[in-house]
Amino acid sequence: MKVTVDQDRCVASGQCVVAAMEVFDQRDEDGVVVLLDPEPRAERAEDVRHAAAVCPALAIAIED
Amino acid sequence: MAPGDGEQLLSYPIPSDTALGPPAEWARLRQRCPVAKVALPSGDEASLLTRYDDVKQVLSDPRFTRLLNADDAARVSDSESGGVFNSAMAQSLPQGGEGHQRWRRMVARWFTAKRMSALRPGIEAMAERLIDAMLEHGHPADLKAHLAFPLPVWVICDLLGVPDSDRDRFAHWSDTLLNLTRYQQSEVDAAQAEFADYMAAHVAAKRTGPGEDLLSELITATGPGGHRMSDAELVATGQALLVAGHETTANMIGKMTAMLLADRRHWERLLADRSLVRTAVEEALRFDANPGFGMPRYIGEDTEVADTLLPRGTTVVCSMAAANRDETAFEGAGELALDRSPNPHLAFGAGAHSCLGQALARTELQATLDVLLRRLPTLELAVPAAELRRLEGLAVGGLRELPVRW
Ligand code: HEM
Ligand code: SF4
Repeated sequence: MKVTVDQDRCVASGQCVVAAMEVFDQRDEDGVVVLLDPEPRAERAEDVRHAAAVCPALAIAIED
Repeated sequence: MAPGDGEQLLSYPIPSDTALGPPAEWARLRQRCPVAKVALPSGDEASLLTRYDDVKQVLSDPRFTRLLNADDAARVSDSESGGVFNSAMAQSLPQGGEGHQRWRRMVARWFTAKRMSALRPGIEAMAERLIDAMLEHGHPADLKAHLAFPLPVWVICDLLGVPDSDRDRFAHWSDTLLNLTRYQQSEVDAAQAEFADYMAAHVAAKRTGPGEDLLSELITATGPGGHRMSDAELVATGQALLVAGHETTANMIGKMTAMLLADRRHWERLLADRSLVRTAVEEALRFDANPGFGMPRYIGEDTEVADTLLPRGTTVVCSMAAANRDETAFEGAGELALDRSPNPHLAFGAGAHSCLGQALARTELQATLDVLLRRLPTLELAVPAAELRRLEGLAVGGLRELPVRW
Protein backbone atom coordinates (compact mmCIF):
# COMPACT_ATOMS: atom_id res chain seq x y z
CA MET A 1 0.00 0.00 0.00
CA LYS A 2 1.25 3.47 -0.95
CA VAL A 3 -0.09 6.57 0.77
CA THR A 4 0.13 10.22 -0.24
CA VAL A 5 -1.21 13.31 1.49
CA ASP A 6 -2.10 16.73 0.11
CA GLN A 7 -0.93 19.26 2.68
CA ASP A 8 -2.58 22.16 0.83
CA ARG A 9 -6.01 20.61 1.13
CA CYS A 10 -5.60 19.38 4.72
CA VAL A 11 -7.86 21.19 7.19
CA ALA A 12 -6.08 19.89 10.30
CA SER A 13 -8.97 17.84 11.63
CA GLY A 14 -6.65 15.29 13.20
CA GLN A 15 -8.91 12.44 12.11
CA CYS A 16 -6.08 10.58 10.39
CA VAL A 17 -3.90 10.71 13.50
CA VAL A 18 -6.70 9.26 15.59
CA ALA A 19 -7.24 6.50 13.03
CA ALA A 20 -3.60 5.58 12.37
CA MET A 21 -1.05 7.35 14.53
CA GLU A 22 1.84 5.24 13.28
CA VAL A 23 1.24 6.55 9.79
CA PHE A 24 0.04 10.15 10.25
CA ASP A 25 1.03 13.03 12.48
CA GLN A 26 0.25 16.75 12.58
CA ARG A 27 2.67 19.69 12.50
CA ASP A 28 2.79 21.54 15.81
CA GLU A 29 2.61 24.98 14.23
CA ASP A 30 -0.54 24.57 12.13
CA GLY A 31 -1.97 21.10 12.58
CA VAL A 32 -1.31 20.14 8.95
CA VAL A 33 -0.86 16.43 8.27
CA VAL A 34 2.60 14.88 8.17
CA LEU A 35 3.03 11.48 6.56
CA LEU A 36 5.22 9.33 8.80
CA ASP A 37 5.08 6.18 6.74
CA PRO A 38 4.31 6.34 3.00
CA GLU A 39 4.33 2.54 2.66
CA PRO A 40 2.57 1.15 5.71
CA ARG A 41 2.69 -2.56 6.49
CA ALA A 42 -0.29 -4.70 5.60
CA GLU A 43 -1.62 -4.88 9.16
CA ARG A 44 -2.05 -1.12 9.15
CA ALA A 45 -3.91 -1.04 5.85
CA GLU A 46 -7.35 -1.05 7.41
CA ASP A 47 -6.57 1.88 9.72
CA VAL A 48 -5.11 3.84 6.84
CA ARG A 49 -8.18 3.19 4.70
CA HIS A 50 -10.28 4.33 7.63
CA ALA A 51 -8.25 7.55 7.83
CA ALA A 52 -8.74 8.24 4.13
CA ALA A 53 -12.47 7.59 4.41
CA VAL A 54 -13.04 10.00 7.27
CA CYS A 55 -10.67 12.77 6.14
CA PRO A 56 -12.99 15.77 5.68
CA ALA A 57 -10.68 17.35 3.13
CA LEU A 58 -10.20 14.33 0.84
CA ALA A 59 -6.49 14.92 1.42
CA ILE A 60 -5.37 11.29 1.73
CA ALA A 61 -4.88 9.11 -1.35
CA ILE A 62 -4.13 5.39 -1.35
CA GLU A 63 -2.62 3.23 -4.03
CA ASP A 64 -2.59 -0.52 -3.52
CA MET B 1 -36.82 17.41 -11.05
CA ALA B 2 -37.04 19.15 -14.40
CA PRO B 3 -37.65 22.86 -14.18
CA GLY B 4 -41.28 23.78 -14.70
CA ASP B 5 -42.74 20.35 -14.04
CA GLY B 6 -45.37 22.11 -12.02
CA GLU B 7 -44.35 20.84 -8.61
CA GLN B 8 -45.00 23.38 -5.91
CA LEU B 9 -42.05 25.16 -4.37
CA LEU B 10 -41.14 23.48 -1.11
CA SER B 11 -40.73 25.70 1.95
CA TYR B 12 -37.40 25.43 3.67
CA PRO B 13 -36.55 24.50 6.39
CA ILE B 14 -38.78 21.44 6.13
CA PRO B 15 -40.61 20.83 9.43
CA SER B 16 -40.39 17.48 11.15
CA ASP B 17 -43.05 15.85 13.32
CA THR B 18 -40.68 14.78 16.04
CA ALA B 19 -37.78 16.36 17.90
CA LEU B 20 -35.26 13.66 17.02
CA GLY B 21 -36.55 12.21 13.76
CA PRO B 22 -36.03 13.36 10.15
CA PRO B 23 -38.76 14.86 7.96
CA ALA B 24 -40.25 12.15 5.72
CA GLU B 25 -39.61 14.45 2.77
CA TRP B 26 -35.83 13.82 2.85
CA ALA B 27 -36.07 10.28 1.53
CA ARG B 28 -38.30 11.37 -1.34
CA LEU B 29 -36.00 14.24 -2.24
CA ARG B 30 -32.89 12.05 -2.20
CA GLN B 31 -34.56 9.54 -4.48
CA ARG B 32 -36.52 11.70 -6.84
CA CYS B 33 -35.41 15.29 -6.57
CA PRO B 34 -31.75 15.65 -5.63
CA VAL B 35 -31.70 19.31 -6.66
CA ALA B 36 -34.93 20.69 -5.25
CA LYS B 37 -36.16 24.23 -5.67
CA VAL B 38 -37.10 25.59 -2.27
CA ALA B 39 -38.39 28.86 -0.88
CA LEU B 40 -36.33 30.23 2.01
CA PRO B 41 -37.97 32.11 4.90
CA SER B 42 -37.11 35.37 3.10
CA GLY B 43 -39.15 34.22 0.10
CA ASP B 44 -36.01 33.94 -2.04
CA GLU B 45 -35.42 30.77 -3.98
CA ALA B 46 -32.59 28.29 -3.48
CA SER B 47 -31.66 24.76 -4.57
CA LEU B 48 -31.66 22.15 -1.83
CA LEU B 49 -29.19 19.26 -1.97
CA THR B 50 -29.93 16.13 0.06
CA ARG B 51 -27.72 13.36 -1.39
CA TYR B 52 -24.45 12.44 0.26
CA ASP B 53 -22.29 12.64 -2.86
CA ASP B 54 -23.76 15.96 -3.97
CA VAL B 55 -23.44 17.63 -0.60
CA LYS B 56 -19.86 16.45 -0.21
CA GLN B 57 -19.01 17.55 -3.74
CA VAL B 58 -20.37 21.06 -3.26
CA LEU B 59 -18.86 21.60 0.18
CA SER B 60 -15.49 20.43 -1.14
CA ASP B 61 -15.59 22.66 -4.25
CA PRO B 62 -14.09 26.10 -3.60
CA ARG B 63 -16.10 27.61 -6.49
CA PHE B 64 -19.10 27.35 -4.20
CA THR B 65 -18.40 30.18 -1.82
CA ARG B 66 -19.74 31.07 1.53
CA LEU B 67 -20.10 34.69 0.44
CA LEU B 68 -23.81 35.22 0.30
CA ASN B 69 -23.47 38.94 -0.25
CA ALA B 70 -23.53 38.79 -4.04
CA ASP B 71 -26.38 40.89 -5.43
CA ASP B 72 -28.21 37.86 -6.74
CA ALA B 73 -27.53 35.54 -3.79
CA ALA B 74 -30.61 34.38 -1.92
CA ARG B 75 -31.20 35.85 1.51
CA VAL B 76 -31.98 33.26 4.11
CA SER B 77 -34.46 35.39 5.99
CA ASP B 78 -35.37 39.02 6.39
CA SER B 79 -34.77 39.15 10.11
CA GLU B 80 -32.65 36.21 11.04
CA SER B 81 -29.38 35.32 9.44
CA GLY B 82 -30.12 31.62 9.36
CA GLY B 83 -27.06 30.26 10.95
CA VAL B 84 -24.04 30.93 12.99
CA PHE B 85 -21.86 30.78 10.00
CA ASN B 86 -23.59 33.59 8.23
CA SER B 87 -24.01 36.04 11.03
CA ALA B 88 -21.65 37.26 13.68
CA MET B 89 -18.82 35.05 12.60
CA ALA B 90 -19.15 35.64 8.94
CA GLN B 91 -18.64 39.33 9.49
CA SER B 92 -15.56 38.98 11.62
CA LEU B 93 -13.42 36.48 9.77
CA PRO B 94 -12.01 36.02 6.30
CA GLN B 95 -14.57 33.95 4.40
CA GLY B 96 -12.49 32.56 1.61
CA GLY B 97 -9.23 32.43 -0.25
CA GLU B 98 -5.76 32.95 1.18
CA GLY B 99 -6.79 35.11 4.11
CA HIS B 100 -9.13 32.40 5.26
CA GLN B 101 -6.54 29.65 4.98
CA ARG B 102 -3.94 31.73 6.78
CA TRP B 103 -6.32 32.38 9.65
CA ARG B 104 -7.28 28.71 9.91
CA ARG B 105 -3.71 27.53 9.91
CA MET B 106 -2.79 29.89 12.70
CA VAL B 107 -5.69 28.85 14.90
CA ALA B 108 -5.53 25.13 14.04
CA ARG B 109 -2.36 24.67 16.07
CA TRP B 110 -4.64 24.65 19.09
CA PHE B 111 -6.86 21.84 17.82
CA THR B 112 -4.47 19.01 16.99
CA ALA B 113 -5.13 15.44 18.09
CA LYS B 114 -2.21 15.70 20.52
CA ARG B 115 -3.56 18.87 22.07
CA MET B 116 -6.96 17.23 22.46
CA SER B 117 -5.50 14.33 24.43
CA ALA B 118 -3.93 16.89 26.74
CA LEU B 119 -7.21 18.81 27.15
CA ARG B 120 -9.35 15.76 27.79
CA PRO B 121 -8.75 15.30 31.56
CA GLY B 122 -9.62 18.95 32.18
CA ILE B 123 -12.85 18.60 30.19
CA GLU B 124 -13.79 15.47 32.13
CA ALA B 125 -13.19 17.33 35.38
CA MET B 126 -15.55 20.10 34.20
CA ALA B 127 -18.21 17.51 33.37
CA GLU B 128 -17.75 15.95 36.83
CA ARG B 129 -18.26 19.30 38.52
CA LEU B 130 -21.37 20.10 36.54
CA ILE B 131 -22.82 16.66 37.23
CA ASP B 132 -22.07 17.08 40.96
CA ALA B 133 -24.13 20.26 40.91
CA MET B 134 -26.92 18.52 39.00
CA LEU B 135 -26.97 15.70 41.58
CA GLU B 136 -27.21 18.26 44.33
CA HIS B 137 -30.17 19.86 42.57
CA GLY B 138 -31.87 16.47 42.42
CA HIS B 139 -34.11 14.93 39.79
CA PRO B 140 -35.89 15.47 37.55
CA ALA B 141 -33.35 17.90 36.15
CA ASP B 142 -32.79 19.59 32.82
CA LEU B 143 -29.55 18.07 31.56
CA LYS B 144 -29.25 20.78 28.98
CA ALA B 145 -29.23 23.60 31.53
CA HIS B 146 -27.05 21.76 34.04
CA LEU B 147 -24.47 20.17 31.77
CA ALA B 148 -24.82 20.57 28.02
CA PHE B 149 -25.09 24.36 27.92
CA PRO B 150 -22.36 25.35 30.41
CA LEU B 151 -19.70 22.77 29.51
CA PRO B 152 -18.72 24.10 26.06
CA VAL B 153 -18.60 27.69 27.38
CA TRP B 154 -16.25 26.62 30.13
CA VAL B 155 -14.07 24.89 27.56
CA ILE B 156 -13.95 27.94 25.30
CA CYS B 157 -13.23 30.29 28.22
CA ASP B 158 -10.28 28.08 29.15
CA LEU B 159 -9.09 28.09 25.57
CA LEU B 160 -9.17 31.89 25.52
CA GLY B 161 -7.63 32.26 28.97
CA VAL B 162 -10.80 33.86 30.35
CA PRO B 163 -11.12 33.56 34.17
CA ASP B 164 -13.74 31.19 35.59
CA SER B 165 -15.58 34.13 37.14
CA ASP B 166 -16.48 35.46 33.67
CA ARG B 167 -17.95 32.20 32.34
CA ASP B 168 -21.52 33.30 33.00
CA ARG B 169 -21.05 36.49 31.03
CA PHE B 170 -19.70 34.49 28.09
CA ALA B 171 -22.67 32.16 28.26
CA HIS B 172 -25.01 35.13 28.18
CA TRP B 173 -23.29 36.78 25.22
CA SER B 174 -23.23 33.58 23.26
CA ASP B 175 -26.88 32.91 23.95
CA THR B 176 -27.87 36.42 22.93
CA LEU B 177 -25.83 36.54 19.73
CA LEU B 178 -27.46 33.40 18.43
CA ASN B 179 -31.04 33.85 19.47
CA LEU B 180 -32.51 36.54 17.35
CA THR B 181 -35.94 35.10 17.95
CA ARG B 182 -35.71 35.25 21.72
CA TYR B 183 -34.02 38.62 22.12
CA GLN B 184 -34.73 42.07 20.74
CA GLN B 185 -32.33 43.44 18.18
CA SER B 186 -31.29 46.07 20.73
CA GLU B 187 -30.35 43.36 23.24
CA VAL B 188 -28.36 41.55 20.59
CA ASP B 189 -26.53 44.74 19.64
CA ALA B 190 -25.79 45.49 23.29
CA ALA B 191 -24.41 41.99 23.88
CA GLN B 192 -22.29 42.24 20.76
CA ALA B 193 -20.82 45.59 21.89
CA GLU B 194 -20.16 44.38 25.45
CA PHE B 195 -18.51 41.25 24.19
CA ALA B 196 -16.31 43.15 21.74
CA ASP B 197 -15.23 45.56 24.51
CA TYR B 198 -14.49 42.70 26.85
CA MET B 199 -12.43 40.87 24.24
CA ALA B 200 -10.48 43.99 23.29
CA ALA B 201 -9.52 44.56 26.93
CA HIS B 202 -8.77 40.87 27.34
CA VAL B 203 -6.46 40.81 24.32
CA ALA B 204 -4.66 43.91 25.61
CA ALA B 205 -4.20 42.20 28.99
CA LYS B 206 -2.80 39.09 27.30
CA ARG B 207 -0.30 41.21 25.42
CA THR B 208 1.20 42.45 28.69
CA GLY B 209 0.69 39.27 30.72
CA PRO B 210 0.53 36.22 28.46
CA GLY B 211 -0.83 32.92 29.82
CA GLU B 212 -1.07 29.33 28.66
CA ASP B 213 -3.91 29.91 26.24
CA LEU B 214 -4.70 30.16 22.57
CA LEU B 215 -4.85 33.97 22.47
CA SER B 216 -1.49 34.37 24.21
CA GLU B 217 0.04 32.00 21.74
CA LEU B 218 -1.57 33.72 18.75
CA ILE B 219 -0.21 37.08 19.90
CA THR B 220 3.38 35.94 19.46
CA ALA B 221 2.81 33.44 16.65
CA THR B 222 3.76 34.16 13.06
CA GLY B 223 1.67 32.58 10.35
CA PRO B 224 2.44 31.92 6.70
CA GLY B 225 4.37 34.83 5.16
CA GLY B 226 5.34 36.17 8.59
CA HIS B 227 1.78 37.30 9.29
CA ARG B 228 0.96 38.40 12.81
CA MET B 229 -2.60 38.77 13.99
CA SER B 230 -3.85 42.28 14.65
CA ASP B 231 -5.89 43.05 17.74
CA ALA B 232 -9.01 43.13 15.58
CA GLU B 233 -8.24 39.64 14.25
CA LEU B 234 -7.63 38.32 17.75
CA VAL B 235 -10.91 39.74 18.99
CA ALA B 236 -12.72 38.29 15.97
CA THR B 237 -11.10 34.92 16.58
CA GLY B 238 -12.38 34.87 20.16
CA GLN B 239 -15.82 35.78 18.94
CA ALA B 240 -15.77 33.19 16.19
CA LEU B 241 -14.79 30.39 18.54
CA LEU B 242 -17.51 31.29 21.01
CA VAL B 243 -20.20 31.68 18.39
CA ALA B 244 -19.22 28.59 16.40
CA GLY B 245 -18.28 26.37 19.29
CA HIS B 246 -20.77 26.95 22.05
CA GLU B 247 -24.37 26.34 21.00
CA THR B 248 -23.43 23.76 18.39
CA THR B 249 -21.69 21.60 20.96
CA ALA B 250 -24.20 22.33 23.74
CA ASN B 251 -27.08 21.22 21.55
CA MET B 252 -25.21 18.19 20.30
CA ILE B 253 -24.54 17.01 23.86
CA GLY B 254 -28.27 17.29 24.49
CA LYS B 255 -29.32 15.56 21.28
CA MET B 256 -26.75 12.80 21.65
CA THR B 257 -27.88 12.04 25.19
CA ALA B 258 -31.53 12.13 24.12
CA MET B 259 -30.93 9.75 21.20
CA LEU B 260 -29.11 7.27 23.41
CA LEU B 261 -31.83 7.38 26.07
CA ALA B 262 -34.83 7.47 23.75
CA ASP B 263 -34.22 3.77 23.14
CA ARG B 264 -32.48 2.80 26.32
CA ARG B 265 -30.97 -0.34 24.78
CA HIS B 266 -28.35 2.00 23.30
CA TRP B 267 -27.48 3.32 26.74
CA GLU B 268 -27.25 -0.19 28.14
CA ARG B 269 -25.02 -1.33 25.34
CA LEU B 270 -22.64 1.53 26.12
CA LEU B 271 -22.70 0.71 29.82
CA ALA B 272 -21.69 -2.83 28.94
CA ASP B 273 -18.98 -1.76 26.51
CA ARG B 274 -17.38 1.63 27.05
CA SER B 275 -15.03 1.11 24.13
CA LEU B 276 -18.00 2.06 21.94
CA VAL B 277 -18.02 5.67 23.15
CA ARG B 278 -15.91 6.97 20.28
CA THR B 279 -17.95 5.39 17.51
CA ALA B 280 -21.19 6.16 19.35
CA VAL B 281 -20.34 9.87 19.29
CA GLU B 282 -19.71 9.74 15.53
CA GLU B 283 -22.96 7.90 14.99
CA ALA B 284 -24.89 10.44 17.06
CA LEU B 285 -23.39 13.19 14.90
CA ARG B 286 -24.43 11.33 11.77
CA PHE B 287 -27.90 10.52 13.05
CA ASP B 288 -28.73 14.03 14.23
CA ALA B 289 -31.78 14.98 12.19
CA ASN B 290 -32.04 18.43 13.73
CA PRO B 291 -28.73 20.24 13.21
CA GLY B 292 -30.16 23.55 12.05
CA PHE B 293 -30.38 25.18 8.70
CA GLY B 294 -27.64 23.44 6.70
CA MET B 295 -24.92 25.22 4.76
CA PRO B 296 -25.82 27.77 2.11
CA ARG B 297 -23.37 28.29 -0.74
CA TYR B 298 -23.31 30.59 -3.75
CA ILE B 299 -22.00 29.73 -7.21
CA GLY B 300 -20.77 32.48 -9.52
CA GLU B 301 -20.60 30.36 -12.68
CA ASP B 302 -22.73 27.76 -14.45
CA THR B 303 -22.08 24.30 -13.12
CA GLU B 304 -23.61 20.85 -12.75
CA VAL B 305 -24.61 18.88 -9.71
CA ALA B 306 -26.41 15.52 -9.93
CA ASP B 307 -26.69 15.98 -13.71
CA THR B 308 -28.66 19.14 -13.16
CA LEU B 309 -27.51 22.52 -14.44
CA LEU B 310 -27.06 25.11 -11.73
CA PRO B 311 -27.01 28.47 -13.49
CA ARG B 312 -24.55 31.06 -12.21
CA GLY B 313 -26.01 33.04 -9.38
CA THR B 314 -27.66 29.99 -7.81
CA THR B 315 -27.74 29.70 -4.05
CA VAL B 316 -27.65 26.11 -2.88
CA VAL B 317 -28.44 24.81 0.58
CA CYS B 318 -26.54 21.69 1.58
CA SER B 319 -28.47 19.53 4.03
CA MET B 320 -25.74 17.54 5.70
CA ALA B 321 -28.31 15.85 7.92
CA ALA B 322 -30.28 14.56 4.93
CA ALA B 323 -27.02 13.46 3.30
CA ASN B 324 -26.06 11.63 6.49
CA ARG B 325 -29.17 9.48 6.10
CA ASP B 326 -28.45 8.59 2.48
CA GLU B 327 -28.80 4.82 2.09
CA THR B 328 -26.35 4.80 -0.80
CA ALA B 329 -23.60 6.09 1.50
CA PHE B 330 -24.47 4.40 4.81
CA GLU B 331 -25.70 0.86 5.17
CA GLY B 332 -28.80 0.84 7.33
CA ALA B 333 -28.76 4.64 7.32
CA GLY B 334 -32.03 4.81 9.22
CA GLU B 335 -30.64 2.83 12.17
CA LEU B 336 -28.46 4.14 14.98
CA ALA B 337 -25.51 1.73 14.88
CA LEU B 338 -23.20 2.52 17.78
CA ASP B 339 -20.31 0.58 16.28
CA ARG B 340 -20.47 2.04 12.76
CA SER B 341 -16.92 2.41 11.45
CA PRO B 342 -15.67 4.14 9.41
CA ASN B 343 -18.32 6.81 9.64
CA PRO B 344 -17.60 9.54 7.09
CA HIS B 345 -20.61 11.67 8.07
CA LEU B 346 -20.88 15.31 7.10
CA ALA B 347 -22.00 16.79 10.42
CA PHE B 348 -18.90 18.98 10.47
CA GLY B 349 -19.14 19.82 6.79
CA ALA B 350 -16.34 19.01 4.32
CA GLY B 351 -13.61 20.80 2.44
CA ALA B 352 -11.80 24.02 3.22
CA HIS B 353 -14.47 25.31 5.61
CA SER B 354 -15.17 22.09 7.45
CA CYS B 355 -15.40 22.62 11.17
CA LEU B 356 -12.18 23.96 12.62
CA GLY B 357 -13.24 22.86 16.09
CA GLN B 358 -14.26 19.31 15.18
CA ALA B 359 -11.51 17.63 17.18
CA LEU B 360 -12.50 19.68 20.22
CA ALA B 361 -16.21 19.00 19.69
CA ARG B 362 -15.49 15.27 19.49
CA THR B 363 -13.41 15.44 22.64
CA GLU B 364 -16.15 17.27 24.52
CA LEU B 365 -18.80 14.82 23.37
CA GLN B 366 -16.68 11.77 24.21
CA ALA B 367 -15.66 13.16 27.59
CA THR B 368 -19.24 14.04 28.50
CA LEU B 369 -20.57 10.66 27.47
CA ASP B 370 -17.82 8.82 29.35
CA VAL B 371 -18.46 10.78 32.53
CA LEU B 372 -22.25 10.40 32.25
CA LEU B 373 -21.96 6.63 31.85
CA ARG B 374 -19.63 6.45 34.83
CA ARG B 375 -21.51 8.76 37.16
CA LEU B 376 -25.13 8.22 36.14
CA PRO B 377 -25.54 4.68 34.81
CA THR B 378 -29.24 4.76 35.73
CA LEU B 379 -29.87 7.91 33.68
CA GLU B 380 -33.18 8.00 31.79
CA LEU B 381 -35.51 10.48 30.14
CA ALA B 382 -37.99 12.03 32.58
CA VAL B 383 -40.56 12.56 29.80
CA PRO B 384 -41.52 10.33 26.86
CA ALA B 385 -39.20 10.99 23.90
CA ALA B 386 -42.24 12.12 21.91
CA GLU B 387 -42.63 15.05 24.28
CA LEU B 388 -39.18 16.48 23.64
CA ARG B 389 -39.43 19.80 21.82
CA ARG B 390 -37.19 21.39 19.22
CA LEU B 391 -35.69 24.83 19.68
CA GLU B 392 -37.40 27.56 17.71
CA GLY B 393 -35.47 29.62 15.22
CA LEU B 394 -33.05 28.95 12.43
CA ALA B 395 -29.64 29.35 13.92
CA VAL B 396 -28.70 26.06 15.59
CA GLY B 397 -30.83 22.96 15.90
CA GLY B 398 -31.37 21.46 19.29
CA LEU B 399 -33.79 20.56 22.04
CA ARG B 400 -35.44 23.17 24.20
CA GLU B 401 -34.69 21.13 27.28
CA LEU B 402 -33.76 17.61 28.24
CA PRO B 403 -35.56 16.45 31.40
CA VAL B 404 -33.81 13.45 32.94
CA ARG B 405 -33.78 11.41 36.14
CA TRP B 406 -31.46 8.76 37.51
C1 HEM C 1 -20.94 19.30 17.67
C2 HEM C 1 -20.46 20.50 17.58
C3 HEM C 1 -20.18 21.21 16.28
C4 HEM C 1 -20.77 21.08 15.06
C5 HEM C 1 -21.91 20.14 14.66
C6 HEM C 1 -20.10 22.00 14.17
C7 HEM C 1 -20.40 22.14 12.83
C8 HEM C 1 -19.72 22.97 11.96
C9 HEM C 1 -19.96 23.03 10.54
C10 HEM C 1 -20.99 22.20 9.78
C11 HEM C 1 -19.10 23.94 10.01
C12 HEM C 1 -18.94 24.26 8.54
C13 HEM C 1 -19.42 25.59 8.12
C14 HEM C 1 -19.40 25.75 6.60
O1 HEM C 1 -19.12 24.81 5.87
O2 HEM C 1 -19.68 26.86 6.16
C15 HEM C 1 -18.34 24.48 11.10
C16 HEM C 1 -17.39 25.47 10.99
C17 HEM C 1 -16.67 25.98 12.05
N1 HEM C 1 -16.66 25.50 13.35
FE1 HEM C 1 -17.81 24.03 14.08
N2 HEM C 1 -19.13 22.68 14.85
C18 HEM C 1 -19.13 22.23 16.15
C19 HEM C 1 -18.28 22.61 17.17
C20 HEM C 1 -17.29 23.56 17.05
C21 HEM C 1 -16.37 23.94 18.10
C22 HEM C 1 -16.29 23.30 19.49
C23 HEM C 1 -15.58 24.96 17.60
C24 HEM C 1 -14.47 25.72 18.24
C25 HEM C 1 -14.36 26.01 19.49
C26 HEM C 1 -16.02 25.20 16.23
C27 HEM C 1 -15.47 26.14 15.40
C28 HEM C 1 -15.78 26.28 14.07
C29 HEM C 1 -15.20 27.30 13.22
C30 HEM C 1 -14.19 28.36 13.64
C31 HEM C 1 -15.76 27.11 11.94
C32 HEM C 1 -15.48 27.91 10.68
C33 HEM C 1 -14.42 27.25 9.88
C34 HEM C 1 -14.08 27.97 8.60
O3 HEM C 1 -14.80 28.84 8.17
O4 HEM C 1 -13.05 27.63 8.03
N3 HEM C 1 -17.04 24.33 15.93
N4 HEM C 1 -18.73 23.85 12.28
S1 SF4 D 1 -7.78 13.70 8.33
FE1 SF4 D 1 -7.38 14.89 6.47
S2 SF4 D 1 -7.82 17.00 7.04
FE2 SF4 D 1 -7.65 15.86 8.93
S3 SF4 D 1 -5.50 16.15 9.53
FE3 SF4 D 1 -5.61 14.26 8.39
S4 SF4 D 1 -5.18 14.84 6.27
FE4 SF4 D 1 -5.64 16.71 7.37
